[in-house]
Amino acid sequence: MTDTLTRILRDYAALIILIVLAVTLSIVSPNFLRPQNFLNILNQNAPLLIIAVALTPVIIAGGFDISTASILAVAGCSAAWLAAAGHPYLGIVLAPFIGLALGIVNGLIITGFRVHAFLATIATGMVFRGIAVRITDGQLISARMEEFSWLGRGRIFDTVHIAVLVMIVCVAIIAFLLNRTAYGRYVFAVGGNEEAALLSGLPNRIVRIATFAGVGMAAGIAGAITVSRTGQGQPLVGEGLEFDAIAAVILGGTSVFGGEGAIWRTVVGVLLLALINNGFNLLNVDPFVKDITTGSVIILAIALGAANRSR
Amino acid sequence: MAGLSQPTVMPIVTMTGIDKRFGGIQSLRGVDLDLRPGEIHALIGENGAGKSTLGKVLGGYHPRDGGEIIVAGEPVGPGWSPRRALDAGIAMIQQELAMVPGLSVQDNVFLGIETRRLGVLARDNAARYRELEARTGYGIPGEARLGDLRVADRQKVEILRALAREARVIIMDEPTSSLSASDIERLHGTMRALREAGHTIVYVTHFLEHVLDVTDRITVLRNGEKVTTVETAGQSRKGLVEAMIGHSVDVSYPERPPLPARTTPAVLDVAGLETDTGVRGVDFSIRPGEILGLIGLVGSGRSEIARAVAGVDPVRAGAVRLDGEPITGLSQREIIRRRLVLVPEERRAQGLVMTAPVQDNMSLPHLKLYSHLGVISPARERARVAELMDRLNVVPRRPRQKVSTLSGGNQQKVLIGKWLMAEPRVVILDEPTKGVDVGARRMINETIMALAEAGTAILLISSEIEEVLGLAHRAYLVNDGRFLQEVACDTADGDAILHRLFETEDTKATA
Repeated sequence: MTDTLTRILRDYAALIILIVLAVTLSIVSPNFLRPQNFLNILNQNAPLLIIAVALTPVIIAGGFDISTASILAVAGCSAAWLAAAGHPYLGIVLAPFIGLALGIVNGLIITGFRVHAFLATIATGMVFRGIAVRITDGQLISARMEEFSWLGRGRIFDTVHIAVLVMIVCVAIIAFLLNRTAYGRYVFAVGGNEEAALLSGLPNRIVRIATFAGVGMAAGIAGAITVSRTGQGQPLVGEGLEFDAIAAVILGGTSVFGGEGAIWRTVVGVLLLALINNGFNLLNVDPFVKDITTGSVIILAIALGAANRSR
Repeated sequence: MAGLSQPTVMPIVTMTGIDKRFGGIQSLRGVDLDLRPGEIHALIGENGAGKSTLGKVLGGYHPRDGGEIIVAGEPVGPGWSPRRALDAGIAMIQQELAMVPGLSVQDNVFLGIETRRLGVLARDNAARYRELEARTGYGIPGEARLGDLRVADRQKVEILRALAREARVIIMDEPTSSLSASDIERLHGTMRALREAGHTIVYVTHFLEHVLDVTDRITVLRNGEKVTTVETAGQSRKGLVEAMIGHSVDVSYPERPPLPARTTPAVLDVAGLETDTGVRGVDFSIRPGEILGLIGLVGSGRSEIARAVAGVDPVRAGAVRLDGEPITGLSQREIIRRRLVLVPEERRAQGLVMTAPVQDNMSLPHLKLYSHLGVISPARERARVAELMDRLNVVPRRPRQKVSTLSGGNQQKVLIGKWLMAEPRVVILDEPTKGVDVGARRMINETIMALAEAGTAILLISSEIEEVLGLAHRAYLVNDGRFLQEVACDTADGDAILHRLFETEDTKATA
């Protein structure tokens, strides 16, 4: 009996904390339960959720990526630059593919030189950030035309944000890839047992590169949304988001050792981070308490998740 | 083989009724062992007999599941660990030496027990090292970088490390496995010197010649149980081998299908196979429905032959032909697609994704068959997996269950099922019954026979001679990457084969 209980606690730690938090917030703050508040939370966190969800296969396959925020900046600044040059639609369409290209570069470096993904993406992250500075010349690129801002600011029927719809589509596609396709199986196999995957004739290297390409593309989409929303391309955009994304994936319970994880877990992780944020805003608490709480919750969730693993 | 006991000598270590399980496998069953001060005590047995495991239980590396350990009259409680073993004067030298290659010899020797003043390393360490060095006379400079030393010298550093901690009992797990003949002689000299100084040495090995040469007493293990403990004096290799293999009574083998007609063309043909992994010129062919065995000790090159044939390791010279078509140099994927498959030896390391469910593991190499444009059709996949689980009697029959939660025998069945999923024409089985219980073993053996009956060509590798003789039509003895001789399995004598293998191995070791 206690065995089942600890297992549930371990497997669903983040979800349980999320539910407890949501219930608490709805009791202490009447504003929390309003649908508009929910939509706002989703809308604000759309770029983070898109990146975190696409980062999940990377981590399941045994990789890591700390360059996602820099990819977001390159793609976002490129989009803003194109918009400012009179091609707003082209900018939005191209941003995901710029991200895709940079993700492939990451994958090629990591698999080609056999460098640890952690080190490789620290380095490429610096390079990409530098490229973003170069694109903007270190300035702000203003892009406030309607043809550009619809992605980040627009709503359908004046209720649901377009960014939220894009986010839902991204989540659906990645969840489908991971759960219903051969590629998804390969991702789990490569991360769970590289040698067994090789002996099964899997293209380990291509699988790895594909995961990085995926998170690159997601970061490109997130970049387009972010820049479109603020109406300005600036090279430091998205800074810190790479760590939020990693935190969300791990918080949800995807294993950093690879081979285990799920998209719904990452969604829970992002929502948990978002609710903590939102709750503190609703309650008007000092921001430094918020950071302490966020960090503590991450530790709590990871500790709960790890409790039984060492058995 | 009655063991003499000398009740006057107070043992330094007494282990009684030691049990150890790994998952569902009982590795040690009620094993007793006593060690006297100033003796070299051999632990011998076949692969998987439990000799290393027993050493590791004593060294604190494996917690025991039952039984008692008494060191110098004091029972050790629960929570016996390498650290506590060291404190009690028991040091273990593992097969893979556990030291820091980037540090100097001296730093390695004193790692964790450095003389410090307020946390700053004191100069005494150098003097301490010289004193220790002088006691042994190994002649290894303390400043040398450990990573630059030869394996034999690193072992000596391990011994120095044990001595620096005042170990009275030193457990050596297969210390000669990577040593040259002259280094082995030197190691034996070292062991004798340690014995003279009153230390006890536990020598885990499978080289009988070494055992007879250097030890005082021998404990023989078989299938996790102690067979006997005897004084070395007066023992012969023949007697030890008999004690090691015994005569397994609990395994009966299913009827072999008839050997295919001589005129049937071979499905797999291997000629002049050589690899960088140590295969040195191997020729053989297998006809459909034929079971060919490879018999050899660990490190004989039998697994390397399998890996090269299956396209896992690159082939340096020679040809592998499937139905007359060369397949050397083809990708793993392509070879699997042509239905030549390898069931690898290490199911955890090479075979299964332990974090994934049974179903995903089984279909992993064959997803093309169950998907369209990369999208898996789950119904067909599940039906095929369920069929195989029935055929192999995998318990519980739940395709979504994680492999890691199954018993060893059922994991092995899943591994075999994985490679049978696409109806292969050639199956290479490397140690298919390693570490599985009797029931699973029988199921696996029956499966092998059924495959041959249906016309599959089988290459069966096992270190259990009885198993190869019971299952295969004919077999080759493998040593040092080459075939020694061919044997017909229904007439061959297992003991004679084992003697032949150990003989060749010992000639190599003492050459």
